[in-house]
Formats: sequence, structure tokens, C-alpha cells
Amino acid sequence: MDYDKLIPQKIRDMQPSGIRKFFDIAQHVEGVISLSVGEPDFKTPWAVRREAINVLEKGKTAYTANSGLMELRRCVCKYLKDFIGVEYAPESDVIITVGGSEAIDLSVRAIIEPGDEVLVPEPSFVCYSPIVSMMGGTAVPIVTKIEDKFRLTAKALKEKITPKTKMLILPYPNNPTGAVMRREDLEAVADVLRETNIVVVSDEIYSEMTYNGEKHVSIASLDGMRERTVVINGFSKTYAMTGWRLGYCVGPQPIIKQMLKLHQYCIMSSPTVSQYAAVTAIEKCSEDVEHMISEYDMRRRLLVKGFNEMGLECFEPEGAFYVFPCIKSTGLSSEEFCERLVYDKKVAVVPGSAFGKSGEGFVRVSYAYSVQHLMTGLSRIREFVEELKK
Amino acid sequence: MQTNKLLDLLRQNARLSNAQLAAMLGESEQTVADEISRLEREGIIMGYSAIIDEEKANEDGVTAIIEIKITPIKDRGFDDLAHTIMAYDEVDSVFLLSGAYDLSVTISGTSLRKVALFVSERLAVLDGVLSTTTHFILRRYKEKNHVFNEDNFDERGMVSP
Repeated sequence: MDYDKLIPQKIRDMQPSGIRKFFDIAQHVEGVISLSVGEPDFKTPWAVRREAINVLEKGKTAYTANSGLMELRRCVCKYLKDFIGVEYAPESDVIITVGGSEAIDLSVRAIIEPGDEVLVPEPSFVCYSPIVSMMGGTAVPIVTKIEDKFRLTAKALKEKITPKTKMLILPYPNNPTGAVMRREDLEAVADVLRETNIVVVSDEIYSEMTYNGEKHVSIASLDGMRERTVVINGFSKTYAMTGWRLGYCVGPQPIIKQMLKLHQYCIMSSPTVSQYAAVTAIEKCSEDVEHMISEYDMRRRLLVKGFNEMGLECFEPEGAFYVFPCIKSTGLSSEEFCERLVYDKKVAVVPGSAFGKSGEGFVRVSYAYSVQHLMTGLSRIREFVEELKK
Repeated sequence: MQTNKLLDLLRQNARLSNAQLAAMLGESEQTVADEISRLEREGIIMGYSAIIDEEKANEDGVTAIIEIKITPIKDRGFDDLAHTIMAYDEVDSVFLLSGAYDLSVTISGTSLRKVALFVSERLAVLDGVLSTTTHFILRRYKEKNHVFNEDNFDERGMVSP
């Protein structure tokens, strides 16, 4: 069997996630403490788990409608109306997907064809460009800078727009930098886009996790932007439901209609038990969410202070649950820093370079861990940095 | 100053420094220090102690919870007897409870025999004590929100977004 002939070149060329590559090293070292996961340390709120048990007891285990349980679509639309102030019709403007990830995949596959360019602010989550490449498109990175608080500026955006540009990915609050786009930043971006035929895929999976009193603003809520924006969100981060695999996308009907066909052929319908449980999450768990966010906020402050004190300049993130300290002062590359940290001090963090070339010189540290765990991690990193100085 | 949050943090870990507490609460170190002094002064924070896995620290040690039924005294209720009992050094805690019995007393000792003798010779004989039932703790699973004897296995994969 000639597998090389079998597997197309573009699939073979696809790189595994840079996060994964690094973990292969980390997993072989014993006693490593990790500050690297991208999922909440909280358990799914009890009310949600209870509802799932109820649903199983009642045997409600059939497929749902392709676009998802109507009850859940209604809940999602009501939630979004309150939270981002945009109205969507549950009948036609929503698809309940298998995680936010599927929604990203659907958006790109429904819209991108060979020759198209997709603008992707970097550093950012790892999945956008591989999917774009799969469709024969080109992912065009837009480097965001620490001086701009890792926000996308109108100027940087304009410079990268060409006649081939079809889509802008807008991943805020951002993984890995923790940056958020404020209303005025979004207005500036929207001003550039309104005159174009570029669609925005706004990945808002961390939207509930914002700090310093900054409430999340969705670009879809700005004048004239609803019609050119697909909003992606989900239950994984907000409700600590990663393993339930449930997300959603909303957008203009002509786009959602096409995306639904792809979803129908590849997924049929998202997990039924998860969908029923998600209704409970939206309706009954706002207090749990508030509690989790207040915990994240305290940990965030602890880490920012810890890194700045050890001389690793740390941008103060206003969203998600990562800090992104700069490690350039150590003279090491991100990968070297992470490898040596894992071998010398047994702490796993993710090299910034895994999130695009512009992440070089930074590392991503997750604070989805207990305070005790974070303090142990911080003190080991402090020792490491001090030994490097000698 | 969010006093409840401060107390929660101290409940979880009383060894956080004022500087760390200040960072987490978004307050100045001085504000946190002042607030802790106030809480201590007003007797809201009574002290700071470690949560110790006694089975590991002292293999032979035993702890018992003793249920005591007593006759309340007119006008004084249960207080007199509770005060007598709490004065013994062996006694770790004394609670007045609603329900089937009145006082719950925790005692630690170096052997089963010593604890049993303490109950029969010191507690059962007190005036007003109607009956005692001694329960020895066989295993600690969780105390003050800390889980004992469990692998700290993080089921979240090392590979993730």
C-alpha cells in the first residue's frame, strides 16, 4: 500500500497543533505540573449534570432537528439578545454545533474556495489556517502587537486587505493573549469592513470571561455588521462543559442555510443529551458562571503580578483564562524556554510560537488551576528565571 | 474591600501573603493588612491552623466524636456543662446540636483505650450527662474542603486548545 500516493499532499503538509507537539515532550517527564490546559478546572454546574441524568432516565436519546433542539435554539437567541444585543431567529439563524470548533469549520468551508484570502489576527488559536488551507484558501496573518494590547487595529487590517480577501477571523477575547476588543476598537474595524464584501467570523467562545468591568461587545451588534458577521460561541468555557461538545453559530440566514447543509451531512445533529443539559445551563447557571469568573479574575491578578515581579513583562489580559508573559529578556526562544522549563523545573507552559510566528518571545500560561497549584508553578518558574540570570 | 472574598481566600489558604491577597482582590497591601487586623480584633478571624492528615502525621493517633445527651439546667440551658467539657485539653471541639442528641464533642488521643477511658471516667460521670455514644473516626475523606488520600490526577488532557 502506497500511503503517500493515497493521502493528498495538502493533508500530509498539514502540521499537527503546536500545542500538541510540545506536550509529547512534557508527557515523558515525570512529576510535571501543568499550567497549560485550555479548559476550565471547574466541574460542570451540578444543575446541568442533573438535567443530563434526567434526560437519560427518560430516554430522550434520539436525534434532534439538524440545526438543534428548538428549545435550545430559542434559549440561545434570547441569551444573545440580552448579552450582545443582537436578534436572531431560532428557526433560521442558528445552528447548534459540536463545540465552537465545528462552527469555525462550517463557516470556513461554506465560504472559502481556492484563491480566497482569509485574514487571521495573530497570535491566535491554532485551527483557523489549517481549515482555510484545506479549502484551498490562504490564511493571511495580521500581527497584533503588545503595544496595541494585542488588539486588531484598523490600520493593520487595511494593509492586508486585497481584492481576494473574503473573510476576517475575529478571535476575541483572545486565546492565547487574553486581549479583548473594546467597542471603539471594533467600530474602527467595522468602518473598514462596511464598504467591502468581507464576512467576519467572530469567535466569541471566551465572551463571558472578561475582567476589569469590561463587558464583552460583539462586532455583530454594531451598525450594519449583523449582515456580514457569523458569531460563534459555545458552552465549553462559559459553563465548564468542554467534554459535552456543544457550541453554536448565528448569522445571516443566507450563510447559515448553506452551513446547515454541511452540518447535516457530517454531523446530523449535535449530541441530544448535551443539548437538553445546555438549556439548563443557560436558564439556571448564571450564578455559577459569576462565581467561576470571579475566581478566574483573582488568579489572573495573582499571575500578572507574579510574572511582572520576576522580570517577565506581562501584559494584563482582560479576557479568557490565559496570561501571555514576554520571555525575551531571558534570551531564549519560546520553545527553548518551555523545553528547559519542563526539564529543569517540571512546569509545562505553551510556547507562544504555537499560536503563530508573532507569538515568538512569549509563553501561554493558563490559570484554569487552583491558587495552590498556580503558586507552586509560579515559584518554580521564578527559580528557573533566576538561575538563567546567573 | 470585599471581605467575603478575603475570608474565602484565607479559608482555602491562610498562608497567602498580604501582597498576594492584595493582588488577587485588586486592593492595596495596606488595605488588606488593615482589614485582616480588624477581622482579628473583632474575633471574626479566630486563628490560623494547618489542615493535617492525622493518619499520616501520627499513625497511632485516634479521634472520636462523642454524642452526649444531657439534662438542661433551668435558666442556664446547656451552657454550664458545655463549658465544663470544653475546659479539658483533650477536647478539640464542642458543638450544641439540634436533633437526637445535644452535644457533639471531638476528642483526640494517642490510643483507643485512652479516649475510651476519658469518656467513661471524665465525661459520663458528669452531673447532667444522661448518656454518651463514642464514634471513632476510621477514615478521613474530606476536611475543610480538602480531599484526603486521593490522587491529584488531573483528568484534563495535557493536549488541549
